[in-house]
Amino acid sequence: MTCRAHIDNLDEVIGFVEARADRFGLDDKKKFGLLVAVEEAFVNICRYAYQGAEGEVTLACTGDPDGFAVEIVDQGISFDLLSLPDPDITAGILEREIGGLGVAFIRKLTDEVSYRRQGGQNILRMALHVPPGGAEA
Amino acid sequence: MEIQSREEQDVTVVTVTGKMDALTAPDYQKTLHALIAEGRTDFVVDFEDLDYISSAGLREILSMAKVLKKKGGQVCFANVQGTVREVFEMSGFGTIFQMHDSVAAALAKAR
Repeated sequence: MTCRAHIDNLDEVIGFVEARADRFGLDDKKKFGLLVAVEEAFVNICRYAYQGAEGEVTLACTGDPDGFAVEIVDQGISFDLLSLPDPDITAGILEREIGGLGVAFIRKLTDEVSYRRQGGQNILRMALHVPPGGAEA
Repeated sequence: MEIQSREEQDVTVVTVTGKMDALTAPDYQKTLHALIAEGRTDFVVDFEDLDYISSAGLREILSMAKVLKKKGGQVCFANVQGTVREVFEMSGFGTIFQMHDSVAAALAKAR
């Protein structure tokens, strides 16, 4: 699916991935983790990729015996989300900063995540592995 | 996402239902700001029926906790479970916020 990179489209994006993940048979725990990771990536694109201008986001889901993957593609400025460090999660309430949690979620809630810049596009791929024996295992 | 609040003596119990994502999380902030403006300072937030939370939700939770701390108030959480709990723990929120197994347990501590 392709939509405008605007946060108003969040429900549509999450609904798209959830329907594909359900059809694949991804278990609920992995699916909810993936949906959070997809939200973090999508919202990040909406906020920063096009620097105030309009642009699009394309999502594609693939499933095979090894697992389920989502690719999120934008044509915005070259940016590797994965280059960001994980945030300090030990500070107290008043000192705590929230920035960077999104990328930490992407790393922790997926089994495999990679970024590539190709043909003027940012491509973020997030995958969840399925144990040998199939999606039901 | 739906938010309801009720008074239990001096403590305000806020019940959040549904999804706390980038679209809905600002409503949490608005609701708490309104309650704080009414003079409420002690909150128990009940997440029993919260199905989903992202960093946008955590951002509002943290920002409201900061506001309350500066006013000498506090917020704690009840029934943080499933994926929501996982996200809380992953963010280190489990160490900066008190979490209780029920609203009753949270109220007993809050009073």
